[in-house]
Amino acid sequence: MLRIFIHRLLLGIATVAIVSGIIFAAVEALPGDACTAILQRDASGERLANCRRELGIDRPALTRYVEWASGAVRGDLGISAHNNKPIASLVGDRLKNTLLLAGCSLALGIPLALFLGVLTGLRRDKLSDLALSTIAIFAMTIPEFVTATVLIFVFGIWLGWVPGIVTASASSSLSAFFPGIVLPVIVLTMVMTAHIMRTVRSSVIDVMSSDYVQMATLKGVPYWQIVFRHALPNALLPAINVIALTVGWLLGGVVVVEKVFNYPGLGHYMIDSISDRDLPVVQAIALIVATAYVGVNLAADLLAMAFNPRLRTLKARSP
Amino acid sequence: MTGDVLIDVQNLSIGFTGRSGKLLPVLRNIDLGVRRGETVGIVGESGSGKSTLALAMMGYLKHGLRVISGRSLFDGRDLLTMPSCELQRIRGGKIALIPQNSGQSLSPNLRVGAQLTEALALHGKLALSAFPARVIQLLQQVRLPDPEVIASRYPHELSGGQQQRVAIAMALAGDPEALLLDEPTTGLDVTTQAHILALLSDIAVRLDKVMVYVSHDLGAIARVCSRVVVMYAGEIVLDGDATSVLTNPGHPYARGLLASIPRLGNPNLPMALEGRPPPPGDAGPGCSFVDRCAIAEAPCRSERPGLQPLPAGGRVRCRLPERAGSIPTKRAGKPASAGGSFGEPLVRLSNLAISYARQSLVDQLLGRKPQGVPTVDRVNIEIRQGEVIGLVGESGSGKSTILKAVAGLVGPANGEIAYDRSGALPATVEQRRPEQLREIQLIFQNPDESLNPRHTIEQILAQPLQLYFGLSGDALRKRSIAILERVRLGAHYLDRLPSQLSGGEKQRVAIARAFAAEPKLLLCDEVTSALDVSVQAAVLDLLDQLRRDVRALSDRVAVLYQGRLCEIGPAAAVYSRPCHPYTEALLGAVLEPEPGARPILMAEDIVELSPPAKGCPFQRRCHRKVGSICESTTPPQRNAGAEHVIHCHIPIGELTSAQTVSTLGNAVRPHVQ
Amino acid sequence: MSDGPATLVATTARPSRIVSVICEVLSRPSGFIGLFLVIAHVLLALFSPIFAPFDFKAMNANAILSPPDATHWLGTDQLGRDILTRTIMGGRQAILVTAIATPLAVAWGGLLGIYLGLAGGRLDDILMRVVDAFLALPWILKMLLMIVTFGTGVSVLIPTLAFFYGIPVIRIARAATQNIVARDFVLAARARGHSRVSIMRKELFGNVLDALMVEGAMRWSWMLLAFTSLSFLGFGVSPPTPDWGLMIADSRNFMAIAPWPAFAPVIALSSLIIGINLTADALAKALGIDRAQAAVH
Repeated sequence: MLRIFIHRLLLGIATVAIVSGIIFAAVEALPGDACTAILQRDASGERLANCRRELGIDRPALTRYVEWASGAVRGDLGISAHNNKPIASLVGDRLKNTLLLAGCSLALGIPLALFLGVLTGLRRDKLSDLALSTIAIFAMTIPEFVTATVLIFVFGIWLGWVPGIVTASASSSLSAFFPGIVLPVIVLTMVMTAHIMRTVRSSVIDVMSSDYVQMATLKGVPYWQIVFRHALPNALLPAINVIALTVGWLLGGVVVVEKVFNYPGLGHYMIDSISDRDLPVVQAIALIVATAYVGVNLAADLLAMAFNPRLRTLKARSP
Repeated sequence: MTGDVLIDVQNLSIGFTGRSGKLLPVLRNIDLGVRRGETVGIVGESGSGKSTLALAMMGYLKHGLRVISGRSLFDGRDLLTMPSCELQRIRGGKIALIPQNSGQSLSPNLRVGAQLTEALALHGKLALSAFPARVIQLLQQVRLPDPEVIASRYPHELSGGQQQRVAIAMALAGDPEALLLDEPTTGLDVTTQAHILALLSDIAVRLDKVMVYVSHDLGAIARVCSRVVVMYAGEIVLDGDATSVLTNPGHPYARGLLASIPRLGNPNLPMALEGRPPPPGDAGPGCSFVDRCAIAEAPCRSERPGLQPLPAGGRVRCRLPERAGSIPTKRAGKPASAGGSFGEPLVRLSNLAISYARQSLVDQLLGRKPQGVPTVDRVNIEIRQGEVIGLVGESGSGKSTILKAVAGLVGPANGEIAYDRSGALPATVEQRRPEQLREIQLIFQNPDESLNPRHTIEQILAQPLQLYFGLSGDALRKRSIAILERVRLGAHYLDRLPSQLSGGEKQRVAIARAFAAEPKLLLCDEVTSALDVSVQAAVLDLLDQLRRDVRALSDRVAVLYQGRLCEIGPAAAVYSRPCHPYTEALLGAVLEPEPGARPILMAEDIVELSPPAKGCPFQRRCHRKVGSICESTTPPQRNAGAEHVIHCHIPIGELTSAQTVSTLGNAVRPHVQ
Repeated sequence: MSDGPATLVATTARPSRIVSVICEVLSRPSGFIGLFLVIAHVLLALFSPIFAPFDFKAMNANAILSPPDATHWLGTDQLGRDILTRTIMGGRQAILVTAIATPLAVAWGGLLGIYLGLAGGRLDDILMRVVDAFLALPWILKMLLMIVTFGTGVSVLIPTLAFFYGIPVIRIARAATQNIVARDFVLAARARGHSRVSIMRKELFGNVLDALMVEGAMRWSWMLLAFTSLSFLGFGVSPPTPDWGLMIADSRNFMAIAPWPAFAPVIALSSLIIGINLTADALAKALGIDRAQAAVH
């Protein structure tokens, strides 16, 4: 168990290291650098060279990568090219806002998805299953900006129940985001719920047709006891990994949603930084997002292992 | 001794809706009553509907099935129309199931103790405080050692035999009146199977339970049941006491089935039962067996025979039961192509060792050899031109691994394979010469796996023909048809996909593909174990035929345990006088469809994790262990006669004299030809 | 419970597999509706200049944000352009780019995945880490970096989409390959002494192709999502070229007074993506692949 844990952890660290290399190389390949961004029109000749020397951009790429990466490990993400502020503080507020958005969506979406997944799985091929499964395909495939636009029109403009756009700024207190956060949360929840629900459904169907559920039935176990004691603990295991993958998707989907609703989160900031060519910020956000993705998936692997007696006692005999 | 009727199935028909929208029956007009005190065996091949019938006796239908007509009574009440809350009390409480695959029938997330406690809570009349003691008692009842330890385990931590015992304990937990056994020993090793069967017949007698035992295996049924029901194509075709059904049955199908079972005591090949049962809904107006029946007459095709009483007792579904007796049940049939003189040595395995252990990264860096005991070790076998040699052993004995090494799919860790006087055979396929590749052909156990599901039979046969002989166009097609005919399949099979063929037909195609290469050495890996009994006989018969064509034959047997040789010698000698303790146990456990046959139980059914690092491979289970020498020293070779070698510490005189009379059965599956 | 007779029917002339798979897809309602939507969209994209009632650039100063009427069936936008025309033509770029990029992505990802599944070893270990690393970055970040660097032309978008969306295909193809390589018919081919190339071509390819076909349909839908999202955010198709994402973005500013410009592109885009997904679902069922287990990306 400990060996597996260490193995997974090392793989995760290796992945993050490769990501950081890719990010650094990609940003390096972009035309322009921090100095062209700072100096804008004046970026030429002597001034550009001075600036580069000042910021240390004229040194070899590998040296700068090592410096950047070791800084990132210590929590120092560098300086924004746009306003010369430390990136860590700029990103901090926005990261908090994005976590609020993602947290609300997960808190709403995961229970809903598990409930609907189990429901449709148990009522396989009945009308309620067909209806919900079809809605799920719609919810998970239509682009977020389309859903968002429709929701803004219906609930923001037509019915006027909730604001169609978030007006709070990046450093606003969390309470300032309500009720503007409602629509973005709904959009994110819809897609996520649909994905998780489909996996849970197919897993419940598999388990309910398994030999051990048939055996439990023939043992005289009442239906709901079969569902809760014999079927669900086994059926929900695969959901853990899918939830992790969905969180990975959330990190990308949140970018579009934040932009659509003008939500001052990490994704919105990333788009702005790319438009402004604020490359150190882009690098930092990419690294944060990738680390989060790897971390969540690692956690899911370990959690799935902890809940699965088969994996927990892997050392047991093999045939 | 027998009492009133407990289980009463009346005119039951069950079916499913096919793609065409037609209702296709799986069971047709089943009438079957089981009295208190009876042990009834229901025997039939796959698709005969026997499992559906068993589950219907508990009021359970699998997804997609529905009742067409009839009732399934238990103690006078119809289970098929009973509300589910009452059904729950009867299932497990009055009638309990012991399932086929216990490994998959126990919930993986619950400890064994918790699952037994659940059964007690549902049906027991015990106080809550008495549960733990009762759990231990139940586990003891099924002869599990260390019941406390077993109760705290998860199902996947137990061996197959232990899982099956837990399932039996679970069935006994509700103290039911009747036990339903659905192929309870299928998939277990023969020695384990013998233990479970002994336990079951003991329970039937000691605890006085009604038993309904469903199996494809007449040998297993012979050990437990007093009455046998034979099913064919969803119908009961024969019902009678075990002795008459197993020795002189009154139905042509039952006689054919008996004849198709290979028996160790008889050197003749089993007789094949050609053809296959009609698929559900496809039986004509007449008798469902008519197409395969040797004594069928014209009226058999037009009128469906009823289930009529036999004068000697029992019932039979046949118009001509008095004539059925003319069909032989034993292999009066042809003997296997006789042996005699063999040619030059073709293959010699010398001191062969095979290891699946992979070098870990650390080992690679330090330049160490892979750790661990090799899967197969110290195997010495010589195969001569035209000889058939059987490798015998249970799962994990290394039979398949040895075949794969000879085929060049697994490289040996030590020793060598000498071939056809050309010296050592290169270890892997990539290094071998085309001629060597052609001359050594491998046939796999399961044709579903070994035939590409997307290729037509023509494409499958074309592969060796193109590769080895460069055939194409008309020549290729002609040759393919000729090969198909040799395995008794027609040219119209060429365009079909494997999924459109039956199991036996698929295995014939696999055999045809191997023979298309015109091999000198044919490696057959349990080629019949995935097939129904009657089909097995046909495949063995076919192999024997083809063997004659390539001028081959004899019969030597090598008994393997944990990848090490125990005994090797002429088949007749090994089977009639097994010398090595393991051979003795193995052959003693083989099931024969003889009423009254009882197994000789020797080795306890434990799971071996890996072969012992030194000494005798069989040391942990041996019932005749000499002493510490068995654990420390590799057993010497002892000669028990011409070419008969035994690897054992026991002196040869003792080995050959201490004879137990054993019933003999067929454990010779993998042939190396 | 398998349907016995149906599998036992002897076919003298076996229809080609593609035909039988298409028949199977069409026999399901989801497959029929899905394939109908997809084919309709593709035909419309190819021939839209013929159907379009107006010039997509033509502005009508007298009819700015005018509601649907007899002349402009779906109304006009903020510049007085005909919405029906722009909607009919608005999918051309998206469908053209993604329809070319999808097969490219499946091809390179599939081939590399099959190779890695066969080869295994150190190279496989390393490349799978790189694949993981790419998957750890959100699609939008990867796309935006490329667009900022190279621009938004079709010649940039096609290879970019094909590259990034081929990466998850590597995983799928590798897993499918590993499944099949372990099966006895591949072992049998190896034991006969067929070459690696011949095994790949004859035994493996057809079987992996099933998984790749379903994967391809899903990649197509994800690519469309990416393409239109980028347009919506202002990083994709540049005006005045009509594009659904761009049209939806433009319409948002006037939604309170004139909601109709959004309706048509929303329905057009949704119907195409749903069509693709319904087809993919039916295809997966026809081929016996569990699509719900496929990766989210």
